Amino acid sequence: MTTVSTAAVSGHYGPYGGRFVPEALTAALDELDAAFRSAIVDPNFIARLTELERSYTGRPSPLTRADRFAAHCGGARVYLKREDLNHTGSHKINNAIGQALLTQRMGKTRMIAETGAGQHGVATATAAALLGLECTVFMGEEDTRRQALNVVRMQLLGAEVFSVTAGSRTLKDAINEAMRDWVSTVERTHYVLGTVTGPAPFPEIVRYFQSVVGREARKQIQEAEGRLPDAVIACVGGGSNAMGLFSGFIDDPSVQLRGYEAGGDGVETGRHAARFAAGSPGVLHGTRTYVMQDEWGQTIASHSISAGLDYPGVGPEHSWLHDTGRATYEPINDDEAMEAFALLSRTEGIIPAIETAHALAGAMRVGRELGSDAVLLLNLSGRGDKDVATAARWFGIGAPEGIEMSEGR
Amino acid sequence: MSRRLSEVFAQTKSANRAALIGYLPAGFPTPDASVELMNAMIDAGVDAIEVGLPYSDPLMDGADIQFAVDAALSAGTTTDVVLDVVRRLDGERAAILVMSYWNPIERYGVERFAVALAAAGGNGVITPDLTPEEAGPWLAATKANEIDRIFLVAPSSTDDRIVTVVNNTSGFVYAASTMGVTGARSQVGAGAQGLVARARLATDLPIAVGLGVSTGAQAHEVAAYSDGVIVGSAFVRCIRQAADLPAALAAVRNFAGELAEGVHR
Repeated sequence: MTTVSTAAVSGHYGPYGGRFVPEALTAALDELDAAFRSAIVDPNFIARLTELERSYTGRPSPLTRADRFAAHCGGARVYLKREDLNHTGSHKINNAIGQALLTQRMGKTRMIAETGAGQHGVATATAAALLGLECTVFMGEEDTRRQALNVVRMQLLGAEVFSVTAGSRTLKDAINEAMRDWVSTVERTHYVLGTVTGPAPFPEIVRYFQSVVGREARKQIQEAEGRLPDAVIACVGGGSNAMGLFSGFIDDPSVQLRGYEAGGDGVETGRHAARFAAGSPGVLHGTRTYVMQDEWGQTIASHSISAGLDYPGVGPEHSWLHDTGRATYEPINDDEAMEAFALLSRTEGIIPAIETAHALAGAMRVGRELGSDAVLLLNLSGRGDKDVATAARWFGIGAPEGIEMSEGR
Repeated sequence: MSRRLSEVFAQTKSANRAALIGYLPAGFPTPDASVELMNAMIDAGVDAIEVGLPYSDPLMDGADIQFAVDAALSAGTTTDVVLDVVRRLDGERAAILVMSYWNPIERYGVERFAVALAAAGGNGVITPDLTPEEAGPWLAATKANEIDRIFLVAPSSTDDRIVTVVNNTSGFVYAASTMGVTGARSQVGAGAQGLVARARLATDLPIAVGLGVSTGAQAHEVAAYSDGVIVGSAFVRCIRQAADLPAALAAVRNFAGELAEGVHR
């Protein structure tokens, strides 16, 4: 279906990646690695995955030309890869179904997952329901509050949601807690990591299951434009939607790869999640990558209006793409992201996830930079239903009488 | 290699007992208090101290140690403070080890950390999230500075993995008794004895068992088949439950004494 990662040599991407985990997890990671490698050359596995992508997820997702939004992007032609139209509303389902099939293949009966915005948690809970697996999702207490809708969705799907009160009570702490659960239950449990980070082979596995985005988009844009795009654009939290899209174009030197991380209140305020703009190489959650850390190597808590980008690390392959110059990464502040959020809603009738709004703000920059002849391809990674309450508060929109807008505070 | 740890294990072996290894995070509840508490552990018969280097994301630790390292970080415990704590411990009467997640060491500088630890009187380092495959520069730095490097084996480790781990380890092998995180448990993992037996086939190094030991009786049970008994969370719990520092010192002394009795065979 796809090639292995650009630089994955025994789980390393240049100096990045690797496996920094307790010895107790080594056997499980080796088992996962073997299961993954045998699965992707097994026609039955591929057939099952492809069929679920078609009949359950709703793939291929469409490519939408967004002319009214493009008017705000220097007149460039802008195409949206509509991952928001997938079942469960984001790209996360691509990976969750893939790893759920691996869970079955390994004979395990329980899946655990971390989640920030809740999209990966919902996707994993969905895949668990579909395949009849147990599911526990770890979510920082702060995130259960700002993404209350997704907490209910997971519970409706039969998953147990564990609210994590350690540390900064966000995504990084949810990952710590998921790792603690995993090491204690690894015989029957698979940890469905939701993004392209963590110990090898997770970055490669998640990239593989998300590469369907780039593969489809490459074909669709060539059909629409008769050529490759000038730039492909995505938001980058851990970086799975970006890696999925980028993977289709990494070998095309004419295509710029542009990633947008969360600038929060502004990189200069210290309240952000800008790993490339303000972080440095370190080890977090089992992998060597860019990390927000202090001079002693302690992780600095990140900040973003978007729960899905609020993470102090990033996938190791992104670090390698950054250092080699193959991809460029810039921060987008909360206010720029929310402006783009509103703009897409009003120009195209598509309410994006706030995570995705960072990529949209990035497209506005790139379009102005490259001009009206440019063709831009953006991963519209998720829909914004989960963010309605946050957006209402940001824009000062009051709910009509009788409608509950609380986030469960 | 440091000679200190092999001396400790030789002494305890000739006394027909296992070595008692006690863990506390440096800086918990404050840097000064942690020095007093660890020296009290040595007074009461602990053979080696494992000085925890507090880290923001302790993903192998349970609730007690998470609480303690959070408190230590809030009290301003940096890597330099940890090294100062090491310097102030009674290294004449106990071997001094550091236990650290990998990122703080990498950030400090691998070679620089090994040099600074040796200068502070430290004898070895336990790295719970570093496996030999990723440890290249660390192997060189510890060797050059005569610091023992202690890697872990776990119940899930294959026999091949055990060989890889012990061949890169010096001082002693840390056998994790159970598949799980740190924390006092009512029973030490049933797999511990089998793991120690498998590790013995691969190495002549002493083998110490950690995770879950919280009573003198458990220490006695583990001492029957291992060369060392490692206790951490239960010490932290003594301190959490104490009303003030004098009470904590008394509790730690009392508990270390109970464990020191227990490790006799």
